[in-house]
Order: sequence, then structure tokens, then C-alpha cells
Amino acid sequence: MTEVRPPILELQGITKSFGGVEALRGVDFALSPGEIHGLVGENGAGKSTLMKIIAGVHTEFSGRFLVDGQETHFRSARDAHAAGIAMVHQELSVAPDLTVAENVFLGNQPTNALGLVQWRRMAREAGEQLARFGIDVDPMSRLGDLPIGLQQLIEIARVLFSGARIVILDEPTSALSPPEVERLFATLRRLREEGTAIVFISHFIEDILRVSDTVTVFRNGRKVAETASTATSKGALIEAMIGRGGEALEHSYTDDLMLPRPSDSSVVLRVDQLSLARSLKDISFEARAGEVLGIYGFMGCGQQELSRILFGKLKPDSGTLAVDGTPKTFASTAAARRAGVALVPESRRAMLFHQEPVYKNISISILDRISALLLKPAQERDIARRQVEQLQIRPPVVGLDLGMLSGGNQQKVALAKWLTYPPKLLVLCEPTRGMDVGAKNDVINIVRDLRTKGLAIIVLSTEPETVLSLADRILVLKRGALVREFRNEPVSKDRLLEAA
Amino acid sequence: MSSETAFATGQRARGLGPFLRSQMRNIAPFLTLIFLSAFFALASPSFATLDNLGNILTQVSVTGIIAVGLTFVILCAEIDLSIAGIANVTGIAVAFFTAQESYVNIANLPLPGAVAILLAIALCAALGLVNALGLTVIGIPSFIMTLAMMQIAAGISAMLVRGQIAYKVPDVITTLGSGSVGGIPWIVIVAAIMLLGGHLVLTYTRFGRYVYMVGGNREAAEYAGLNVKLILGAVMVISAVCSGIGGMLGVAHFGSAQQNEFDTYLLDSIAAVVVGGTSLFGGRGGIGNTIVGLFVLGVLNNGLDHVNIDSFLKILIRGLILLAALIINVYAQRLREKAAE
Ligand SMILES: Nc1ncnc2c1ncn2[C@@H]1O[C@H](COP(=O)(O)OP(=O)(O)OP(=O)(O)O)[C@@H](O)[C@H]1O
Ligand SMILES: [Mg+2]
Repeated sequence: MTEVRPPILELQGITKSFGGVEALRGVDFALSPGEIHGLVGENGAGKSTLMKIIAGVHTEFSGRFLVDGQETHFRSARDAHAAGIAMVHQELSVAPDLTVAENVFLGNQPTNALGLVQWRRMAREAGEQLARFGIDVDPMSRLGDLPIGLQQLIEIARVLFSGARIVILDEPTSALSPPEVERLFATLRRLREEGTAIVFISHFIEDILRVSDTVTVFRNGRKVAETASTATSKGALIEAMIGRGGEALEHSYTDDLMLPRPSDSSVVLRVDQLSLARSLKDISFEARAGEVLGIYGFMGCGQQELSRILFGKLKPDSGTLAVDGTPKTFASTAAARRAGVALVPESRRAMLFHQEPVYKNISISILDRISALLLKPAQERDIARRQVEQLQIRPPVVGLDLGMLSGGNQQKVALAKWLTYPPKLLVLCEPTRGMDVGAKNDVINIVRDLRTKGLAIIVLSTEPETVLSLADRILVLKRGALVREFRNEPVSKDRLLEAA
Repeated sequence: MSSETAFATGQRARGLGPFLRSQMRNIAPFLTLIFLSAFFALASPSFATLDNLGNILTQVSVTGIIAVGLTFVILCAEIDLSIAGIANVTGIAVAFFTAQESYVNIANLPLPGAVAILLAIALCAALGLVNALGLTVIGIPSFIMTLAMMQIAAGISAMLVRGQIAYKVPDVITTLGSGSVGGIPWIVIVAAIMLLGGHLVLTYTRFGRYVYMVGGNREAAEYAGLNVKLILGAVMVISAVCSGIGGMLGVAHFGSAQQNEFDTYLLDSIAAVVVGGTSLFGGRGGIGNTIVGLFVLGVLNNGLDHVNIDSFLKILIRGLILLAALIINVYAQRLREKAAE
């Protein structure tokens, strides 16, 4: 930001409440062309809410809203789009049943004089756009069949190349591998040179500092700080976010970390020569009671498939599983659950009931323990309340529809449902994705606590930090094969990246 | 705890608008019912009488019995097109196993009443099981699977009666289908009991919760470790058995068992469930909605007979009202999603 240009977007005194809860209180916010504006804050601080107001998703709020100095009121996301505002939502909002090309051109497919979609042209242009962004994928494949990270990249690409002058990215990097993040940042910088205004929300504060010009901090629905990113530091930002010193909360993991001696407690899960089509090749490993096994790898390395096989959602082509020494072939997820396996998948949309209250989301997996035939709602609520308290889910109202919680809080609910009656083996995919520093720390503590209770825990992640902060032993998965095991030796982010 | 109560009051204070919008699927059918009743009451003096209320109740009873099971199916975001076919074949089967008058020219197999009833129930349950297996094990979409079953059921019916008409069914069935107690037809009582039972199962049992959760988000249900296929299979069997009971009582009610006797019940039952506001996308609605839907349909069918209009126009009017209800059903889903946003 060399010259000061007049803002293209200005919000003054924005207040928004959902029912009795104020999600935003008197927030001022301005964006200039050619600016990358970072946004940080705890889960539920109001970041997504403010961005949804800008993108025309929430249309009822109070305060002034100016675009190019003109007072405006969007009545829909379409209005915002017409004003040149595009947003990548925290929740993936792709159309899984359409092709990649259709998703890239969603809403403005190239048509010929007769109004028919020009498929070949669309596929070619989509392919080119994605290639520019370093994505190599068949534009005619069904989007839903791709790994979730790739879907996220494609959605980002769509928004970035939509020609919008204001681009909002709500936690876009949560499913991306480091090289992909680099490519994204390079693209953002290029767009900035072209005069695009960009809002970038992330819980990775280093990323925010690295890529943005200005940083705004939210706490409890208020804007508590706005500074040039060169004039602040990670510690200062965390302190502003949570209102107390936060250095202790976040490690950087650039230095070597010593993994403990491998435990010799009983083997809970043994996986032998598991293979699945093109995704997994000859995977063998074991997970022990009281141990956290980390499985690290880039997006698309086969983690997703592996976790699904462990929970009986996918069937392997060959290979065997044994739980507590008994060979198992899970015919369904129900069978896996009965055998004592639990999974928290990485996609919130896939694992939660957005139109149902929080307590039903928490009790669903343990209903058969609570009731034989008749439901016991009071008991369900009690159990849910305990979990909500333990995980500090906000707002602490178990009767609220899940869809009303912020992204990070939804993630906690997904974990909560397995905690009342802990399983033997807990498989966590990206357990801290979308969580703020405080919440990440809570999850780390919960996982450690479960470990001391003797659970075997497998953490699969594409974020080195997540694996490093949790695991006692780390396997590296690369293109479907296990290529390296770290045990009882020093490990760091660099070493992991190198092995992957 | 205090923040929870504060929040709860906040929710109430959130205003009538969003609340009404989120309740659209329950309110709209109810308003439709009130509107139709008021309209026919004004248009015809013979409509709003106690006698006629009894008529309406009797007229919707068979549909009501069939619609209980169908509600389960639609709540799971599936569909059952074989309900009328299964009702028909079950009604025919129970007659087939009952001794007929000598002039009825069917090569039937007279058995004691209880056995005949059991066999008929077993038949509809078995057909439901075939639906269930096709849907869950083979993976045929319910729309197609039950379309095939509709044909299969019609085929079995045809083989059993061979174009003839049977009249006699076991005495219990005759009583339940066409008798009455204290002036109230038994068939109305049976329908009421089955609707109530369905409501209790859906609202208060674990299975009922699973039905809603599977309908709300099937993938999430699977990730919660529910046996989704078992639940889907169960609702298909429940639907077939309800249809079978409706079919047996229907045969007694009409006084005869013959081919294609129940054809109109397919549309009527689906209409009752959907008009009542149960979401075609699953997870929302329930027996309460179905009851309102049954009344809307019953009032409409019965009321149109009380006013003086072209009987061909009546068919069109029914169609238009169904279309309106479908539009509301789809809109209610969107409005709810917006209200939750
Ligand atoms: N549709 C909704 N209905 C009711 N409350 C909502 C709704 N959406 C958000 N909220 C509430 O508004 C507050 C702010 O949520 P928001 O999604 O903006 O948080 P966030 O800063 O994006 O958090 P995260 O980092 O977890 O994504 C939260 O308390 C949340 O529960
Ligand atoms: Mg958010």
C-alpha cells in the first residue's frame, strides 16, 4: 500500500444480532483498492458475520454501508456480486454434483448465440484458469469426487478469477498444503497489484502477518485493534484477540521436537497391507493404547480414504484390519462404532445436522447407551451440557440449532459427540481446522487427556503443526504409501515437509 | 446457566417474522385447511354438519392408514410408489384365503380367518422387504425400486383374482372395515390409533429420532455410526405393512376385492403427506403434518361434492391445489434455510 487511495468499501457502526445475541457491535471497517486486509479473532468473534454482511448474505443489520462513497443496501448476494464483491465461504459452498468446469463458471457459463452452454470452451477455459493456479485436474470430472482440499482450491480459484474488485476469503487455507498456500499468496499479491481489495481471514497468524498490509482484530463482536501488519507481532495480535498474553498458547514448531520413546502398551489397531485402488498402497501400521499416532501428508495423499476405511465407510480392495487382535471387516460405520472405533471427519457439512439442535448432534452417536426404546431428552441435554462446558462451546445453549454456531464451535460439537463414552480408537481428521489458538489448545489438552485414559488416537492432518502438537509417533503418507516413520527422534516442521 | 436463560428469552424476543418463516411448513397447511373449511361452509349449508364430518373422517381413513408408513419413508427423503399396489394385493390376498360364495369363480384357498390375515400381513411385509433390499443392498433408488414393486404387486393381484371379484374377508376385517361402535366407524378408530402410534414412534423413540436424523443428513448419520441401511430398510417395511393393513380394511370397506381398486390411493397418500408439510427433502415434518394434510384432502374432496360445479373441473381444481401445496413445500424449505442463516 504505497499511496493512500479512497476506500471502495466503508462500513460504519455495524451492529448485527441473531435473536438476543449480538454478533457485531458498532463495527467500523474500511477497504481500499490494492489492499490485503487480514482479519483475526477467536471463534465466534464475528468475522464471518461481518463478511457475510459485506457479501450480501445477511441483509438485516444496522449501521451505514458505503460502496465507492455511496450509501448502499444489498438485498441479496446477487446484489453484492453485481457490485463486484465475491466471497469464499468458510463452509465450502461448491456444487458437488456439477463438474469442475461448471463450478468454475457457476452462474456465468459461456453460451453461444442460442443460449446453449459451450461445453468445450468452458472446459478449456476452466482448465486454463486452474492450471494458472497450479491445479491439474480434469475439468469434466465431478467435483464431489475430488478430495475436499482440492474442492476448496477450485472454489478459491473461481472467486479469485471472477473479476471481482473486492475478494473475501474466509479461512481459505485450512485445507491447503504449504506449496498451495504459497501459490495462493502469490496470486493474492498479483491481484493486489492489479488493484483488487482482498480480505483474508485466518487462524494462522503467521500467514496473516506475511501476506496482509493491514490487520484487524475482533473480539466478542467488536473491533479491538487495527494496525499495519509491519507494526505488530504475533504475540501482540494473540493478546488483542484473547485479551491476555498468548505466547504460551502457540508453538512455532520450527525447532526440533523430541518424540518420546514409543509405548509398548497393547496394540489396539493393526492395519496390514491395506490397498485401495489408486489411493492407498500396501499400508501397514499399528496404533497402541495411550498413544497418539500422527499421520501427516499433503492433501490428496490418501489420508481421507484411510480414515474412511478405519471407520467402515469405505471398503479396502485388499488388506486387513484388526481391533484388539480380532480381525474385522466393517460392513458399515455402525459395525465400526460397535467395535469401538470413532471418526471425526474433516468436513463439518458431512458430519453435522445443521437444522437440528446442538444436543441432538452430540447425543446421536450414543443414543443407544442412553435409551433402549424411548428417548430421554432431559438426559441427552445434560450430557450435551457437560460437553459444551468442557469444550467451551459458545454460545452455551444446547437447544440452539447447530447452524447458528460459528464454524469453530461447530467443529467442537463434532468432537463432543464421541467424548461422553470414549471409544477404543479415536480417528481425528484435521481436528483443529478452523479453531482459534485458544480452542486449539483446548483440543490438544482434551486429546492428551484421552490418551492418558488409554485410548488409541490417530490424528490425520495436512498441517504439520497439528501433527507436531499432538502426536507421539508420526507416519508420513505420500501418494498413498507410508514413506517414513518418526519415532523416538527429533522432528520439526521442515523435516516433515521434506519427508512428504 | 444464566446465560442460557438469557439466550432463550433473547430467542423469543427475536421477533415474529423469522419465527413464522421458520414455521411456514406447519402454518401454511393449517391455514389452507381453515380457508377451505370456511369456504365450503359458506358455499354449502350441508357441508359444516356433524354428519358430514363423520363422512370426511371415514373417507380419509384408508388414505390415513397408508399415509402413516409413507410419512416415515418421506421423512427419510425416500419415496414409496408401491403403496397402492401393496394395499391392493394384500386386500386381495386376504380375500383369496377366505371362503367365498359359490358364484365367485376364483380358485381360492379357504383358511381360518386368523391364518388368512397372518398370511396377508406376511405377504405385504415380504414385499416391503424386497423394496428394502433393493434400496439398501443393491442400491436401486427407491423411486425406481418401488415403481417396479407397484407392477409386481399388480401382477400378483392379477394372478390371484384373474379378473374376478371376491367379496368375503374374515369377520374381524369386515367389522373393522365396515362396522362401527357407538356410532363411530371402526375404520376411523383404526386410522386414529395408527396415526397416533406413528406419531409416538417418531417423536418419542430412538428409532423415530434416527428416522429424522437420516432424513436430515444421511451422510452425517453414517458418520455418527448409525446403521443407515437398516433404518431405511425398516421404513420401507413399515410402509408396506401400513399399506397392507389399509388394503385389507379398504376391501372390507368397499365390500369387494378386485384389481386396480386402490389406484387413486397412491396419489392421495403422497398428497396427504406432502400437503401436510412434511419435507420432500427429508428430516422435517411428521404425523401431525400428515393429519392436517389428510384433512385438507378430505375437506377438498368432500366439499367439492357439496358445491355445484362441473365434476370435470373438480379434478383440475384438485390438481391446482396440490401444485400450490408443493410450491409451499419447496419454499418452506428455502425460507427455513434463510431463517436459520
Ligand atoms: N445464523 C446464525 N444464527 C444465530 N447466531 C449466529 C448465526 N451465525 C452466527 N451466529 C453467532 O454469531 C457469533 C459470531 O459468529 P461468526 O460466525 O461471525 O464467528 P467467527 O468469528 O467467524 O468464528 P469462527 O472463527 O469460529 O469461524 C457467534 O456467537 C455465532 O454463534
Ligand atoms: Mg467464521
